[in-house]
Amino acid sequence: MIKFLLKGLWRDKSRSRLPIIIVSLGVMLTVWLHAYITGFMGDTIEMNARFSHGHVKVMTRAYAEDMNQLPNDLAITGADSLLETLKTAFPGMEWAPRIQFGGLVDAPDEVGETRAQGPALGLGIDLLSPGSREDERLNLSRSLVRGRMPDQAGEALLSDEFAVKLGVNPGDDVTLIGSTMNGSMAMYNFTVSGTLSFGASIMDRGTLVADLHDVRAALDMHDAAGEILGFSKSGFYEDDDSREMAGSFNAMHEGSRDEFAPLMKSLSQQGNMGQYVDITNTWSQYISLIFIFAMSLVLWNAGLLGGLRRYGEVGIRLAMGEEKGHVYRSMIIESVFIGIAGSVIGTMAGLFLAYLIQKYGINISGMMQGASVMFPSSIRARITPVDFYIGFFPGLLSTVLGTMLSGIGIYKRQTARLFKELEA
Amino acid sequence: METTGNIISIKGLYKRFPMGKDVFTALHDVNLSFGTGEFAGLIGPSGSGKTTLLNIIGSLDVPTQGEAIVLGRSIGKLSPRESARLRKESLGFIFQSYNLLAVHTVYENVEFPLLLLNLTASERHKMVLDALEWVGLSPKIKSKPPQLSGGECQRVAIARAMVKKPLLVLADEPTANLDAANSHHILQTMEKLNRELKTTFIFATHDEKVISYLKRKIYLLDGRVDNEELTEAI
Ligand SMILES: Nc1ncnc2c1ncn2[C@@H]1O[C@H](COP(=O)(O)OP(=O)(O)O)[C@@H](O)[C@H]1O
Ligand SMILES: [Mg+2]
Repeated sequence: MIKFLLKGLWRDKSRSRLPIIIVSLGVMLTVWLHAYITGFMGDTIEMNARFSHGHVKVMTRAYAEDMNQLPNDLAITGADSLLETLKTAFPGMEWAPRIQFGGLVDAPDEVGETRAQGPALGLGIDLLSPGSREDERLNLSRSLVRGRMPDQAGEALLSDEFAVKLGVNPGDDVTLIGSTMNGSMAMYNFTVSGTLSFGASIMDRGTLVADLHDVRAALDMHDAAGEILGFSKSGFYEDDDSREMAGSFNAMHEGSRDEFAPLMKSLSQQGNMGQYVDITNTWSQYISLIFIFAMSLVLWNAGLLGGLRRYGEVGIRLAMGEEKGHVYRSMIIESVFIGIAGSVIGTMAGLFLAYLIQKYGINISGMMQGASVMFPSSIRARITPVDFYIGFFPGLLSTVLGTMLSGIGIYKRQTARLFKELEA
Repeated sequence: METTGNIISIKGLYKRFPMGKDVFTALHDVNLSFGTGEFAGLIGPSGSGKTTLLNIIGSLDVPTQGEAIVLGRSIGKLSPRESARLRKESLGFIFQSYNLLAVHTVYENVEFPLLLLNLTASERHKMVLDALEWVGLSPKIKSKPPQLSGGECQRVAIARAMVKKPLLVLADEPTANLDAANSHHILQTMEKLNRELKTTFIFATHDEKVISYLKRKIYLLDGRVDNEELTEAI
């Protein structure tokens, strides 16, 4: 009997292969879309992380109090040794010391008199050491409008709009006027190597990006860093992990009453980011739920139709004297097989697609006017553990439930009715 | 007529179907009995209640009122399991539209009713080959229904109904989709099986060709038995 049913299942394409294909497709879409939404919704968070918050950020306690003021007089001193400590304590992370600062950028004429001047946001990052990933992290090379990336000390990048306003071209010199860590005035000359598009007006209006060592020299901040940003090597922000890491790091300095003791904050512990992380999670859950629900309806119906379509066969089997319960059970078992097969195939296919989009990204630069720092030119999916089982809800549950429901008709209807439907 | 007692006895049988708020009476005070080895037919125009009556005899449906005793069991009082058992052990069905399982071979279609009985594979094998021999389809054993002609399909259906040598075969308009030559061919086959195996056949039909083979003709009109005729006593 089982052999007979298996033969039927295998030979009847509309009973085996077609439903498996439908279930696979539905499951594949579910898994893929879930990973995609997770990646897409996380992108804004990652953007904030890369640009200013890190997945975690280390500052002095005093700096953290007034983080928004960029109080460089409260910066971390002995940054290099702290960096080493962080690297050994958290090997799963990449660390990026940075200095954010404010100042004036002055463009001189031929004789050195001020020709144009404007306020600037400054960003000192590690651009020149060989292993640094800051360029990639901030999408700088790809956001160049004119010129090239700095490749030696004394070079800097300006936002393009700012450079135009100042009448500065790549190759020209500018002077940064700022204040040192101790509050005295600082002047430092940079050669503009290139200009950048940020894609955000505050940044485009006036930003200077220079190598960390130049900025340290300019602001008299030897071996100092305003903040050390930490990024998980997976490239994705994990709120729980980051909070836990911050907690364990801070516990090491709990006894200290030094206001310059280092303090680690997760992205969600900085400013309003916590709320943002929550909203993002909630939304991606909603979107995924709606989609899973829709897919479930589709596959539920496929299961239902598959069952209804077989009323004729069911009628014959009943007429031959097979018991209703037996027919019903064999239909359910069949749908379980189909659901499992479809879900497994679909999950693998979905994960594969998601993996490709996680690794290579979908290039959307064509849809935008040039690349910019604040807007990445590709959207990436993100595979999370959920993706390994999420497809089974629509794939297995709905398929089986749909079949169960259609099979109830076998019980409800008089056997003779099944034939009426068959003859029709 | 060579009958050893009644195998079917129908008394005061009514079948009513709900039709919206009304009820439709498809069978009206039917009283009939059938003996072993009969070759009988329910004859009447479309809608006269032939299928309904055949379905009740076949325990695919139940009476609304009255009783139908088939092989000593009262249809309508049987549990689903008991009526399934009656069908699998003692009844064979032949339908107008053959109702073969399209993805299964001729052999598998005929074997199916045997899978429900406790038989060994070799017993089943022999029975299937015999049944296919009766209907002259031995060469088509590995074909599938879509590769067969209508007449061949109906012969497979006859083999399927006969393979377990049931006491009673119910055939609902078995020739409706067949041409004259094929109709006569399958009727002769069934007549032969009736003669050789003493199987009782009850047809539902309005086909003159079928009627000409019947030994007992029961005319139905609007759900009532209108007239009865015995053509020939064996
Ligand atoms: N399940 C049902 N529900 C309602 N009416 C039915 C049902 N089955 C049969 N009938 C009605 O009963 C009458 C007899 O039907 P049927 O026995 O199929 O006739 P026949 O087989 O003689 O053509 C017809 O009018 C038909 O519409
Ligand atoms: Mg009929």
